[in-house]
Amino acid sequence: MKRKKRLHIAVLYAILILVAIVMIFPFVWSVTASFKTSRQIYSGNPLDLIPNPATLNNYRKALSVLPFHRFLLNSLVLATIVPVISITLASMAAYSFARLQFKGRDFIFMLLLGVMMLPGHVTLIPRYALARKLGWINKYTALIIPPIFSASLVFNIFFMRQHFLSIPRELEEAALIDGCSPWGVWRNIIMPNSKPAIATLAIIGFKTEWNSFLWPNVVINDFLKMPIQVGLTYLQTNVQSSWDILMAATTLSIIPLIVIFMCFQRYFMAGILTSGLGGR
Amino acid sequence: MRSLDGSRRQVRQTLTAWSFILPSLIGLGIFVYGSLVYSLYISFTSWDLLTPAKWIGFANYARAFRDESFIQCLYNTVYFLVAIVPLGIVFAMAMAMALNRQLPGIGFFRAAYYMPSITSTIAIGMVWLWIFNPDQGVLNAILKLIGVSNLPRWLESRVWAKPALSIMRLWQVSGYYMIMYLSGLQNIPNELYEAAEIDGATGWQKTRYVTVPLLSNTTFFATIMLIIEVFNLFEAVYVMTEGRPGGSTNTILYYIYAQAFQRYRMGYASAMAWILFVILFVITLIQFAARRRKEEIGF
Repeated sequence: MKRKKRLHIAVLYAILILVAIVMIFPFVWSVTASFKTSRQIYSGNPLDLIPNPATLNNYRKALSVLPFHRFLLNSLVLATIVPVISITLASMAAYSFARLQFKGRDFIFMLLLGVMMLPGHVTLIPRYALARKLGWINKYTALIIPPIFSASLVFNIFFMRQHFLSIPRELEEAALIDGCSPWGVWRNIIMPNSKPAIATLAIIGFKTEWNSFLWPNVVINDFLKMPIQVGLTYLQTNVQSSWDILMAATTLSIIPLIVIFMCFQRYFMAGILTSGLGGR
Repeated sequence: MRSLDGSRRQVRQTLTAWSFILPSLIGLGIFVYGSLVYSLYISFTSWDLLTPAKWIGFANYARAFRDESFIQCLYNTVYFLVAIVPLGIVFAMAMAMALNRQLPGIGFFRAAYYMPSITSTIAIGMVWLWIFNPDQGVLNAILKLIGVSNLPRWLESRVWAKPALSIMRLWQVSGYYMIMYLSGLQNIPNELYEAAEIDGATGWQKTRYVTVPLLSNTTFFATIMLIIEVFNLFEAVYVMTEGRPGGSTNTILYYIYAQAFQRYRMGYASAMAWILFVILFVITLIQFAARRRKEEIGF
């Protein structure tokens, strides 16, 4: 019986490792290729993963073709600003929906939830037309304002409301009796007690903005304001199938997110599990 | 006096409440609800952004159903639905079942399986473009190694382009749904398995008659989300195929994008966006209705 169980576990591990190789291989392959010489890439054995000799030339080339440091900086700023504003607005609204009484509250909440059902592509063209009318094309405003007001804001409202409902009321009641205004309660009691929820949304927001492509691709064609994903596709058009340069560039764009994922893994997972879409 | 005080307090609270939600409401009102109405209007016009929009009624909608490229996109989407949704569910569920235990290194496996789903499709799509490259790519190098002659031309071939794209999407999204299933599995009470064991159930029977039925809620949501995901297939097509060869990997969203931002047919693109919206809405409604029906019968 015990031997059978041990065999069972050995088989399980073998399968798990095989699947893990498939899942990780594209990452390993692109990162190692980014350090290979073009000679090794084009005439060496593709299954040989060790760069020999290792070189930083591909990175130098990628950075000389297009301003990648600028793309990375733009994405870093966007992926910080957009979630910060979105989470602030969302937690204000969520506090109102969770704790304050007013006419039409539930109706407005339902109306907002409808936005989550709305596929983003329906509003792509009118948003673009609007951004053009406002003179936002090729401006940072186009990269910041419309992405804030999208389905993710509604998701954040929904998520924060669920969290606020789980905070015991006693915490606020004492402050309200002491004459604290709802704004004071929100800032001094509710928000400091919501740090894990805020962290979860910040991580999801960072990922979404870092990876966003379609919208920035339509509103920006100025290299100085371009975020990383759009910059990558411009590089692809420029160098076609020069895998050496492309792999250096994709590595530059993937690594920051992987590092963040490693550090904040549990918040990533919490995002899926508590989203209410986790199957409950 | 007292009631006046009370009503004044009520007014104050209403004002405070509105001040909390107003910034979100105004922004969403303009950029989502306003856009939605605007989009419907655009879909009834002929508009190239430069000259004023001209009202043409339902002509854009009629055109879509005569447009062979659009019909081809619909057909391709059905193909991708069949290829990706069931396999995605099976992979995600299987991975979750394998990883739902306390073993050394399990955290590593969970992270590894989940990693593709947080990576940008644009960046990893370029890596897969190279993997699928018939002459320089690693996939054909492996196939050659294990003795496959007649190597597929993958993204260059009408036959293999769709399977290649499906493989890439399955690789990328399965881990996300795996996490959903993991949470579903953790909600199944242990007593049910103990009861099944007393009845002499084998491992397979436990999976078939306890685990899978109790995960039906997760499966329901995962299916809806995967279907929406397939309908919105865009970035992988953008970097890997641009709809080629011969439109065999063209998708609705890519076609909408190309019509709007490469040919400046804003009206036609908006009409197709609305058709896509209606299709998705109807599918979701049907799924919810089917689920209610199933619950009524008592499954």
